Amino acid sequence: MDLDTIIQVLDSTIRLSTPLLLACLAGLFSERAGIFDIGLEGKMLFSAFFSAAIAFTTGSVWLGLLAGMVASIALSAIHGLASITFRGNQLISGVALNFLASGLTVLVAQDWFRQGGRTPTLEGGARFEAITLPFAESLRGVPVLGPIYADLISGHSILVYVAFAMVPLTWWVLFRTRFGLRLRAVGEAPEAVDTAGVSVVGLRFAAVAICGALCGLAGAYLATGLQAGFVKEMTAGRGYIALAALIFAKWRPWYALVACLLFGLLQAIALRYQNIDLGAFVVPVQFMDALPYILTVVILAGFVGKAIPPRAGGEPYVKER
Amino acid sequence: MTFFTKTLGTVAALALTAGAVLADPALIYDLGGKFDKSFNEAAFNGAERFASETGGTYKDIEIQSEAQREQALRRFAEAGFNPIVTTGFAIANIMGEVAKDYPETKFVNVDGWLPEVPPNVLLINFQEHQGSYLVGMMAAMASKSGTIGFIGGMDIPLIRHFGCGYAQGAKAVNPDVKIIANMTGTTPTAWNDPVKGSELAKSQISQGADVIYAAAGGTGVGVLQTAADENILSIGVDSNQNHLHPGKVLTSMLKRVDVAVFEAMSAGADLETGKFMTLGLAEDGVGYAMDDNNAPLVSEEMKTAVDAARQQIIDGSLNVVSYYENDSCPALQF
Repeated sequence: MDLDTIIQVLDSTIRLSTPLLLACLAGLFSERAGIFDIGLEGKMLFSAFFSAAIAFTTGSVWLGLLAGMVASIALSAIHGLASITFRGNQLISGVALNFLASGLTVLVAQDWFRQGGRTPTLEGGARFEAITLPFAESLRGVPVLGPIYADLISGHSILVYVAFAMVPLTWWVLFRTRFGLRLRAVGEAPEAVDTAGVSVVGLRFAAVAICGALCGLAGAYLATGLQAGFVKEMTAGRGYIALAALIFAKWRPWYALVACLLFGLLQAIALRYQNIDLGAFVVPVQFMDALPYILTVVILAGFVGKAIPPRAGGEPYVKER
Repeated sequence: MTFFTKTLGTVAALALTAGAVLADPALIYDLGGKFDKSFNEAAFNGAERFASETGGTYKDIEIQSEAQREQALRRFAEAGFNPIVTTGFAIANIMGEVAKDYPETKFVNVDGWLPEVPPNVLLINFQEHQGSYLVGMMAAMASKSGTIGFIGGMDIPLIRHFGCGYAQGAKAVNPDVKIIANMTGTTPTAWNDPVKGSELAKSQISQGADVIYAAAGGTGVGVLQTAADENILSIGVDSNQNHLHPGKVLTSMLKRVDVAVFEAMSAGADLETGKFMTLGLAEDGVGYAMDDNNAPLVSEEMKTAVDAARQQIIDGSLNVVSYYENDSCPALQF
């Protein structure tokens, strides 16, 4: 394998990891605050559709991005209403939202565009273009580092850089700010937060809203960054892989980056090499596709350290009377 | 009031008898969905043509999960629709079972295979390898790098059948041509994952491919998009997809599902069943698409060669090996 091939596989890894990473960080905020969110998939799908639809009608990808985020936050608000205000079951609410998104996007798309549940193809300013970082072309000649900078680091759409910048930002917000401390506390011991006079409901709603915004970025990246339009069910299970990555990362931002890059790399390798011939035996592509889930099960079974979810996760908070 | 109820009763009775005498056909799409710009949409177009040319009406349904297949079949059969046309190989088995319970109703399936065909079932198959052979020739002639790509949807024998014909056609033009073949996945989501389609196309482009044939349903939308973005040629499938990116889509391998559906619906209750029907180049069941969008891409030389091969396949002097014959392909390793 030469350097070019390695760079191409890693380049593909970055593109495939970005939606996973955004969705994974979204889940991280929500679950750290004690709200399980199965609905990452549905929110991404919702945002993918609305970002593509609005980007197409206005011709501006930024308005599309905004619409996608608003749509995704709206779903988050429903999830919050059901599971925080009315103390419903968080898993059921999440599953319901996934179904809602899967059906509603196609229905609305058919009503608006009459193209059978998809948006028309986006062109020009309605898509996120690849950004060429400064000096990318002039540095290409430098051995090893040149191609890495010019081909691997440069040449992605802005949302990719935003996604990667979100990792240190998430870490800083969660572990270095007062808001982050309270957010984590609300996922571990909400009664303590309540005793201190801080609103549990408010904090949880804030966390769920951040989750919606990040899922919105992920969905918009799929529809307007990677693709040029919305196709039904285009998230294709990425929300669930992001959940697996979240458990794999043990609910930590930097681990989440590693987990998402790993899962992205596995996908990229599976796409590049259908069957990997290791001489003695052949690794089938199906095994590579299943590997993220297998790894998550291994982690959950406790073979590689223990994955302990936030203690109050999944529990609606009931104030003592 | 009495008059009103009487009228209503008469209308209802009329409607019922009309339903019994002149049964409407019904159409059940596969999981890819009615508007996949490809296979199922071709079926829909055939049904629409039936409706506009004969003035008849038909009922159709898009199923959302495997479990709905039997439900939809039984609902249509109970309601007296005849014939019931279904698309996709996956419904064939359950259709064979349901058909036994409704001997008066005729069932038609496109793409399916059954070991024993019940007397009221018609299975329509296409010689996709023949059509794919022709577009494979065109791909190899249009390629400047000598490397071409094939992207399949779900990894099933049918899709390998497409890929196999394509590879044979390409090798016939240029024995040294390199063919990169990828499948999107092994689950039904592989029909609807344009992001993965794009990544596969990018990966094939980086390996030198400059013409890519996508036989992947909705995933193909991503393949064609990336090919257009990266300024290489692509080949569409099933329906004519040349218009999706004018001047960037070399051609489309046509599979005239629309003709099959139209014929079946027009025949109505007189449809001949209890057999397999195979549509190939000779019956114009498969072919390649030519229109204004791709006219500048297809040279005279290309057309002559492809049309000559088409004639040879029809009169039997050229044999395109089918993947089904012994579950392997002489020209391509999957």
